[in-house]
Parts: sequence; C-alpha cells; structure tokens
Amino acid sequence: MLTFQFISTVRLGIKSLMLHKLRSALTMLGIIFGVCSVIAMLAIGEGASYEAQESIKKLGSNNIIVRSLKPPEQAQQQSSGGGRGMQLKYGLTYADAGRLLSTIPGVLRVLPKRIIRENVRFARNEVPCQVVGTLPFYPEVTGASMVSGRFLAYFDEQREENVCVITTGLARRLFPSQNPLQHTVKIDAFYYRVIGILEERSLPEQRTQAGKMEGQPLDNNVYIPLATSRTRFGEVLIRRSAGSFEAEEVQLHEITVQMRDMAAVETADSQVRTLLKHFHDQNDFEVVVPLELLRQAEQLKRRFNIVLGSIAAISLLVGGIGIMNIMLATVTERTREIGVRRALGAKRRDITMQFLVETVVLSIGGGLMGVLIGFVAPSLVTHFTHMKTIITLWSVAVAFGISGAVGIVFGLYPASAAAKLDPIEALRHE
Amino acid sequence: MRPGPEDGPTRGSPAMPGESAIIRIEGVEKRYVLGGEVEVLALRGVDLEVTAGSYLAIMGPSGSGKSTMLNILGCLDRPTAGRYWLGGEDVSRMSDDALSEARGRRIGFIFQSYNLIAQLTVLENIQVPLFYQGKDLRHFEARCAELAEMVGLSDRLHHRPNQLSGGQQQRVAIARSLVNDPLMILADEPTGNLDSKTGQEVLELIDRLNRAGKTIILVTHDDRVASRAHRILHMKDGLIDREVLNRPVPTNAIGSSS
Repeated sequence: MLTFQFISTVRLGIKSLMLHKLRSALTMLGIIFGVCSVIAMLAIGEGASYEAQESIKKLGSNNIIVRSLKPPEQAQQQSSGGGRGMQLKYGLTYADAGRLLSTIPGVLRVLPKRIIRENVRFARNEVPCQVVGTLPFYPEVTGASMVSGRFLAYFDEQREENVCVITTGLARRLFPSQNPLQHTVKIDAFYYRVIGILEERSLPEQRTQAGKMEGQPLDNNVYIPLATSRTRFGEVLIRRSAGSFEAEEVQLHEITVQMRDMAAVETADSQVRTLLKHFHDQNDFEVVVPLELLRQAEQLKRRFNIVLGSIAAISLLVGGIGIMNIMLATVTERTREIGVRRALGAKRRDITMQFLVETVVLSIGGGLMGVLIGFVAPSLVTHFTHMKTIITLWSVAVAFGISGAVGIVFGLYPASAAAKLDPIEALRHE
Repeated sequence: MRPGPEDGPTRGSPAMPGESAIIRIEGVEKRYVLGGEVEVLALRGVDLEVTAGSYLAIMGPSGSGKSTMLNILGCLDRPTAGRYWLGGEDVSRMSDDALSEARGRRIGFIFQSYNLIAQLTVLENIQVPLFYQGKDLRHFEARCAELAEMVGLSDRLHHRPNQLSGGQQQRVAIARSLVNDPLMILADEPTGNLDSKTGQEVLELIDRLNRAGKTIILVTHDDRVASRAHRILHMKDGLIDREVLNRPVPTNAIGSSS
C-alpha cells in the first residue's frame, strides 16, 4: 500500500514536471553540470596522480637511491675560478657501497653504477650515450627486462670483459637494419661485443658528468661490467670544453639499495643518510626514497581532490539553489492545487511528500544525465589535452549521491512551505 | 440561536446527536485576530442540526459569516468555541491530520471554480480523494468510471481539464465529490461560473443526488438556486438570522430540524 502510494506520488511528480518541460530541463541543467564536473574533475585528478605514482613506482618502491652530487661550493669554484687543470674529488665510493651492504639491516642488494657520457659508434652511426658500469643483478633491482641475448654475468665482471648490453632505443638508432647481437661497437677507444638488448622499465634521467639531471630521459644506454668501466675509463674523468679542461674523480655515480620490503625502507632511510654523512665531510650525495615520494604524491592527490571536489561541489550547490528557487515559484504557482488537495483529504505530510518527490526527481534525473555526460567529458579532455583521466566508481557514486542529497536538502524548504499553507487561504488563492 | 458566553468543555454534556442528524453544531464561535489587537467575531454562537438526506442552502450577504460557516462545516477550519459533531464524531477539537482525514472520508466538495487538478486526467481527478485515503486505486477504476458515466462523461475519461467545458469540469468535480461515498456534499456556489443553461444541468444533477439520499449543503446568494433546497438559512452578522422551510424534507428522511 505504502509503496503503491509512493509510486503514484513519483508518477504524479513526473507528470507535474512534464507540464513545464523547458523549466524542468533548465532547472536540471544546474545539477547536470554539477554532477558532470564532479566526475570529470575527480577523473582528471585521479589520472594525474596515477601517472605520477606510476613513474615513482617504476623507481622501485623497495629501493633507496643514493646519487653523487657535485658539492655546490666546488661547482662554483670550478666555473668561476678558472678551473683549468683543477681536479675535483667527490661523490660515492666503492667503500660506501660495501658499508651500505654490510651495515644497513634488511638490505637485499646494493647496486653501484658508474655513469659516463660517451659516444657509441657502429659503422657510420654515432650516438651519444650513457655508458653505465654496473653489476649483473641490474635487471632484478630496476625491473628492466631482457629482450634478447643475456645480461652481463659474473664472469664478465671477473674477467673485465669488453662486452655490453644496449637498450632497445639505442639498438634502433645504432643498428637500424641489423640484429645487434654479436656485433661490436666502439666506445671511446675500445671495442665492445653486444651480448644483449634490454628494455628499461623506466627511462633513467640523463645525467651530465657533473651529476645534474638534465633534459628529457633518453633511451640510449650501454651497460658494461663495472670492473671494465673502472679499468677502461679510470677513476678520473676528463672533460674538455672550449679550451678549458676539467677533471673530476668520482668513483660511483649512483647506488641503488634494494631493501627486503617496504617496512625495511622506512627504517633504512635515515640509517643510509646517517651512515653516509659519517664518511662524507661535504654534501656530495642525495638520497631519493621512491616510497616517500609516493607518499607525498598521495598526499598531493588528496589535496588535489579536495580542491577539485570543492569546486565541483560549489557548482552542485548552485544547482541546488536553482532547484529551490524554481520549487518555491512552483509552490506559489500551485497554491490553489495545494488547497484543493488539502480539501480532498491530503495531510500536511502528503503535500510535503509530493513536492519533495518532485525536487528529488529533478535532481536525480539531473544526476543521472550528469553521470552519463560525466563519462564522456573526461575522454574529451584526454582527447584534446592528452592528460590521463581515470573515472573511479566512488567519484560517480559520490556525485550521484550528492545530487540526491541536494534534492532532499533544497526540496525540504519549499515542500514544507507548501505543507504549511492554510487550506482556506490556498483555496482562495488566484 | 445562543447569544451567550463562550461555549466550553465544562458546559453540560450535550445530548447525543439525533439518530439521523449527521451534523450537529452547538454554540460555534469563530474569532479572527486581525493584526494587533483587532478581533473579529465571524460567528457568534451558531446552533444547527442537519438530518441525513436533507438539502440545505445557506444564504447571506458578504460579511455575514457564510464563508466561515462553510469552512467550519467543511472541516477546513476549527471553531474557536463550541462543538461540531459530524456523523457522531466531534471534529471541533481534532488535530490537523485527523481533520484532513475526516474531510477526505466524510465530505465531498464542489467548488465554484471546479478546482480540478490540471496535470491529471478526468479519471485521475475523480480518484484523488481515494488516493489520500491510501486506497489502491487499481481496485476503484470501475467505480470511478461508473461515476463518470453517471455525470455523462464516460467518453472523456482520459481528457485533461483544459480540454473540457466549464459544465463538464463541474460534472467531473461532482463525480469526484461522490467517490468517497461521503456523509454530505458541500457545494460552494456551484453554478457561479456557469451560464444559466449548464448551471441548470448541474443543479439538476445535484437534485438527483439528493433524491438518491445524499445530504447536500449549498452556499449561494442566488435565490433561484436556493429555492431548490428544503431548508434555507439566511445568515447575518455571524448568526443564523432566519430559516425558511422551503419544501418538506422527503419522507424517507426521519427526524426534524431544531
């Protein structure tokens, strides 16, 4: 019985709204835009943070990355004080790598890297590259995968072999029409045999010799055994530029410390910093913790969501006020009808219900259409701006829920105003 | 007529309403407060008894208390003092909800300006009082169609009010007033908006209802309309000034008026 009456009330509400189609449609528009913008904004926010998180996750959430930095005071000295013939010594050492491995609890692996910029040549092709001297477990730590051939092995390291693994990007540039495996490439003065092709999980930032990050990441890497790098290039790297020449002594450019699990990362973070500080009297390294970056990104996302969400919520609020305005006008316009219904036995709550249902039908109808448009709008954004957007189910639920709540909240006042009308006055109303 | 002091609950318990008196009003007063201190006494202690099956007309100039009387009879308003029994139920102290319920169940309204609901069809308009009694309308469609046929609109069931003439709309209103099988029908100037010919038709329809046993109370200022009633009450200054027994109450209605 109750449900029957409710269904009839809903049908009556729809009928009453259909009596003024344009008015109802315009009123709904406010809610449509509100719901649509809630969904779209949250989708954009979600997409942006997803991209940021993905790129951080690629660094490895179990890893702590320590990088050599040129100490700021020395960098200045070098550039201003006519660094001719000067030799800088800074950065991480092999001893650091050993200490990290032996003292930090929960360490799984310690991966040292020497990164040297050199041109790599094959036949007539010459490509500027990063020559990375590293150890055989590089793929396990960074998540890179072999496309063909094999990675460096322990016997390569022991024998200081002249072998190398190249990335897919470099393979494309250096060997446009050949299979690179077993060919030899020339780096600096030496020849290296290509034994494998590697697909990087994330593109490492290109590094200058000074250890600063610069420009876009490039997929031009050559991996050689660490020992080979040490003997072929030496510890002192010399850079000649425009008549001056700079020499730096850097043992390792980067150490990636792989921890057993995320919990170990938490405690190891400060231990790594403290340990290294004991052995470095100058500020020549930086510690990057992807897990921490991830946390920061998540926090940023939360703030982003709050800002975007409140902008969208304000548009819903405006839509709700529009609905209330129209409903108040409707109540005035239909005062006579209210009087008649009261005379024919309608109780106050019947009248409240009737107008509340009308408002909720408006707002839920607008909400439904807003959801439909909200599904389309983010893909348009993606199409035109190339921003990634992700529509989450909860944002749709929130937007739709808010639209329903807006209907009830903003319908309550007009509906109770209608119910409070005196039947006699209402019947007399022209 | 009781000019006297305010009627209170302390007053001696009245005799139970007459066996066939469906309306019994005792010492009803209605006082309005118009902004500030000004009070208007629209009814000054009215007594009235109406027996089942009678046809009563209420006349009077504007300001005579005629409309207030109608509002109280129709349970749209409560008296400030005095008692009103409708079908044996004291409705003068009822809550708003109970009063709404009583209106829907006991009274059929016919208004001067028809007051059909614009967005509903003829059939749906007839059903409105049933809806507010929480009845399942699907069980009453046949009855509503029957009523529409009785008022001669069986071919207009799914028309909207704006597709009907004034006379047709008023006949829908009559059908609507009957759908609850009410104790009485309260008609407020039912012919006021109609030309004389359609007005005649509507009045004849009301006569027919009365002959079939319905109690009719009709408010008008047209003598010719009032002349169809058994009793004519003339109101003046908030009191029943005089009562004319126009023609005898039909024999099947027992009991007499006070």
